[in-house]
Amino acid sequence: MQALYAQLLVGLINGSFYALLSLGLAVIFGMLNIINFAHGALYMMGAFCAYFLLNLAGIGYWPALIIAPIVVGIFGMILERTMLQWLSGLDHLYGLLLTFGIALIVQGVFQNYFGSSGLPYAIPDELKGGMNLGFMFLPIYRGWVVVFSLVVCLATWFLIEKTRLGANLRAATENPTLVRAFGINVPRMITLTYGLGVGLAALAGVLSAPINQVRPLMGADLIIVVFAVVVIGGMGSIMGSIITGFALGVIEGLTKYFYPEASNTVVFVLMVLVLLVKPTGLTGRAA
Amino acid sequence: MSALTDDTLPTSPRAVRDEMIVFAAMAVLLAMVPATGIYPFFVMQALCFALLACAFNLLIGYGGLLSFGHAMFLGTAGYCTAHALKVWGATPELGILVGVAGAAALSVVTGFISIRRQGIYFSMITLALSQLLFFIYLQAPFTHGEDGIQGIPQGYLFGIFNLAKPTVLYYVVLAGFLGGFLLIYRTINSPFGEVLKSIRENEQRAISLGYKTDQYKLLAFILSGTIAGFAGSLKVFVAQNASLTDVHWTMSGEIVLMTLVGGLGTVFGPVVGAFVIIAMQQYLAGFGQWVTVIQGVIFVACVLTFRRGVIGEIAHYFRRSL
Repeated sequence: MQALYAQLLVGLINGSFYALLSLGLAVIFGMLNIINFAHGALYMMGAFCAYFLLNLAGIGYWPALIIAPIVVGIFGMILERTMLQWLSGLDHLYGLLLTFGIALIVQGVFQNYFGSSGLPYAIPDELKGGMNLGFMFLPIYRGWVVVFSLVVCLATWFLIEKTRLGANLRAATENPTLVRAFGINVPRMITLTYGLGVGLAALAGVLSAPINQVRPLMGADLIIVVFAVVVIGGMGSIMGSIITGFALGVIEGLTKYFYPEASNTVVFVLMVLVLLVKPTGLTGRAA
Repeated sequence: MSALTDDTLPTSPRAVRDEMIVFAAMAVLLAMVPATGIYPFFVMQALCFALLACAFNLLIGYGGLLSFGHAMFLGTAGYCTAHALKVWGATPELGILVGVAGAAALSVVTGFISIRRQGIYFSMITLALSQLLFFIYLQAPFTHGEDGIQGIPQGYLFGIFNLAKPTVLYYVVLAGFLGGFLLIYRTINSPFGEVLKSIRENEQRAISLGYKTDQYKLLAFILSGTIAGFAGSLKVFVAQNASLTDVHWTMSGEIVLMTLVGGLGTVFGPVVGAFVIIAMQQYLAGFGQWVTVIQGVIFVACVLTFRRGVIGEIAHYFRRSL
């Protein structure tokens, strides 16, 4: 049973990353009508940013948790202002191709300087060690990742669904021209939205650095799984993305315990099943 | 609706004549390659990728469906052909048949699943399906995992043509490429192709005119996947191996890049794009990961400033469709 709980925990952690990343993808898609293929590369940049802060400037984990998403988020906003904004009005596929190109550039540059092997990033002192819960041993850092991700996801949901800013955002998603007529600066809102989505990816990168090590290709395979998560959950609902992300992580964890050979593929197989039964995805509208 | 098509002119007798002239010139030039002393291996490899890109272009350029998983047909056909040749000791023609059949079967299944969603979701689904297949091939015993299938015997095609001779192999690959190219050309100029283009332009209207668009899209997907598989089978004879790189998502990305550089939705663009990208990889092989960076830069540059691609720009300049 110990092994089962351990795999469930790993599943919850992966689920946290799926949730944070698919949430960002959904927010960006809503405003920009772009599927951000660079999301995995930006997640990786978040982790590297934390690594650089620690090793070049001596800045530890806690400040990095705030600084890295801001730095990468600003990088994302520059991308949006210099490139992505020129694609509005074009077919969706150009956004996918452009961000795919950006992902290749970012990953290629990091691979040139850091190879493909992982760089270690230590768990902060405050979160070292573990707790004995009676039925299992819980490493504190892993528990922290799950709880903190959940809090960030719910805060994002609250921001978009329950605040005035979020209401403007949702209105601009539905009808940007009309919202502009009310005096709201929609292009700036789009840039900030992209920054927010990218920041969430970078935050996931920082969280994963002590667990998965820091690797140039850490986001490359992850983003494809997240795409499958997005297809399953649909991008219409924020809460849907969060729940689907965590649920698929748990299912993947269970698969690792009961049938490890399929743990790489289970999310894709589930995607196929969902497409056969309910082609619009579990929560999504038709698209 | 689609931004791909601003400049596509309707098929006219003049366009067909232009395309026939260009096709004849291309065939003659390619047929002369062995006499010029150009390294035939390079051209053969480029021809396989050119056919692959043409098959991909059939979907995106004429059906408006961006498949981000076309490497799965390349890899699957490659593994099937390689396995038939090496383990079963099949003749080359049988090996190709096995590979093409494998890719066709795969395209029926994956097409049925992926056309259930449109636009951007279709791209994500094809990418996820090809990643699923990648992990299956990584674990399946017959693919030999990371090592791949090596040292594949080339044999005698129809018992006559010795494929171990580079010149003979070259003309066989060239014949395969030209045949596949003409099949695609015929498809896009057929009534079926016209319906496909109408679906790309406005699917709702095509439905309202009584076309069962899902069936058209599925058939286009199967045709594209099968021809891509044929390219994969030919490539086995050239490279004499089948490996995981052919199924990886980076390969799918390269196929997209070739077509984008040459011109999405142009007849000859994917051929030009394939030669450009393969040549680039050849010359920059010593630069390691910078090749990836350069490919990324080309992607970005093409999307931002050069969306018509090489052939698309030329066609636009001369006001012709090529």
